[in-house]
Amino acid sequence: MEKVSKFSLKDVNLWYSDFQALKNINMEIPANFITAFIGPSGCGKSTLIKSLNRMNDLIEGCRITGDILLDNESIHGNIDVNMLRKRVGMVFQKPNPFPMSVFDNVAYGPRTHGIKSKFRLNEIVEKSLCDAAIWDEVKDRLKKSALSLSGGQQQRLCIARALSVQPDVLLMDEPTSALDPISTAKIEELVIKLKDSYTIVIVTHNMQQATRISDRTGFFLLGELVEYGKTERIFSVPKDKRCEDYITGRFG
Amino acid sequence: MGIRSLISLIRRNKERIAKHLFALSASAAIAAVGLICVFLFMQGLPAMWDIGIFNFLTGTDWQPDWTPPRFGILPMIVGSLYVTAGAILFGVPTGIFAAVFMAKFCPAPLYKILKPAINLLAGIPSVVYGYFGMVVLVPFVRENFGGNGNSILTASILLGMMILPTIITISESAIRAVPGEIYDGAVALGASHEHATFRVILPAAKSGVMASVILGIGRAVGETMAVRMVAGNQAVLRMPHEFIRGVRTLTANIVLELGYAYPGDHRPALIATGVVLFVFVMLINTLFAILKKKEGV
Ligand SMILES: Nc1ncnc2c1ncn2[C@@H]1O[C@H](COP(=O)(O)OP(=O)(O)OP(=O)(O)O)[C@@H](O)[C@H]1O
Ligand SMILES: [Mg+2]
Repeated sequence: MEKVSKFSLKDVNLWYSDFQALKNINMEIPANFITAFIGPSGCGKSTLIKSLNRMNDLIEGCRITGDILLDNESIHGNIDVNMLRKRVGMVFQKPNPFPMSVFDNVAYGPRTHGIKSKFRLNEIVEKSLCDAAIWDEVKDRLKKSALSLSGGQQQRLCIARALSVQPDVLLMDEPTSALDPISTAKIEELVIKLKDSYTIVIVTHNMQQATRISDRTGFFLLGELVEYGKTERIFSVPKDKRCEDYITGRFG
Repeated sequence: MGIRSLISLIRRNKERIAKHLFALSASAAIAAVGLICVFLFMQGLPAMWDIGIFNFLTGTDWQPDWTPPRFGILPMIVGSLYVTAGAILFGVPTGIFAAVFMAKFCPAPLYKILKPAINLLAGIPSVVYGYFGMVVLVPFVRENFGGNGNSILTASILLGMMILPTIITISESAIRAVPGEIYDGAVALGASHEHATFRVILPAAKSGVMASVILGIGRAVGETMAVRMVAGNQAVLRMPHEFIRGVRTLTANIVLELGYAYPGDHRPALIATGVVLFVFVMLINTLFAILKKKEGV
């Protein structure tokens, strides 16, 4: 059975001022799949993932053509960008908790979207922290500053924060690159678990990570999507020579 | 020893010499504070003792020309507190909002004008502020609130203006110092620019903003010239609802009378007023230091 597309990218081109960072990207990102973006540094993975929730809007001189559809609706058309970002959550490469308590970090999103009831907030915070597999570690220190957590805990807190507004999609830009192997393993496990309820797009430099967790892999080079398909297939019989060189570590 | 060998001696010991030079400059600063402290207390404390510390601090009559003279500075302590509180009321919210605007909302062309204007505001001598107060604020208060215009209210507004540059400049840099990732994190949750700015960025900059407020308060407490030009300077204990009447601050008390002090305790009593002011400023600085330590500014 063919999967439903969460995102459809049609002829996406993107420029930073006069530098073209993405060239004619066409791809379908299936719902409830984990899609991995791989490729050498500077090939445009972050740029593309940030296009999916329009974080690129914040960058001066950034221009995009073509179209990106989310559930068959253009994200550039008649859509409230804040609502788009509520639906398409994001976890950043460097953990970026707000300098406030653990509780307030997770409650910020729901509060932003108008939830005031203390009871409801407590519920959301607990559920999000549980879903992000960090509840047991922080349940006794919800009032403590989030900055007092370890890097791995901070990143899971950021995942909890992203989950708190009940998104459909979770974008993760190298979420484990700043973490130790144990924290990384925890987050990978978590990502696989989240797949049932969310569509996940993850950027990674770690080939093992891509094979371990993702269903689909896209290989990028110099702003182009060189190869895209089932993860096992990409890693066993890559069609493109450059892709093969990259995943076998002979690239360069 | 030839000049050459002297130069090479200096070269070789460059770091040590620099270290001593820095140490010397630092000690000069400490010595200055120490000397001020010693002289102030040496001349002021005996007078306080003579008058009676309690009488001095809580007396409501300041009458140096009576026999016997009365030296109670409570009206001035309260006066300083009023105008400082007033300055906070007018200056702090305005300053913080201005800082947020400058850091997060201001279009670049406007910023190019605003920033130098605020720097200029910081450099204007206080007598010029005082003059502005006399010709603009005093008539304004007289016409809109009554009284003769020289009042607690007038001094508060003027001081509020004078502390603006301090608050704006320091708060703005505190707001700018909040990492962009934090802002991105908020916006990525679907928060609007305003929401992210006021609920995440501003709280994240809170220690720097607090620092700016405390420095502003320090400036307000110590301001002399501008205040004496618009405050009316009556050494009378006022109640808060008398904000359109005149008041005298600790600083004004000293500068008004030191020039023609009567023989006896008058002059030492004025210096003792300085001691009280000094203690105030020290308290503010201590508060600042504590906050800084707690927040790790
Ligand atoms: N804000 C920006 N302004 C101008 N150019 C940018 C900007 N951000 C990225 N670029 C350029 O766009 C290209 C793609 O950058 P991007 O960050 O998407 O790469 P990446 O694949 O995520 O790399 P990495 O693996 O190192 O994170 C790079 O050449 C980069 O220099
Ligand atoms: Mg990147």
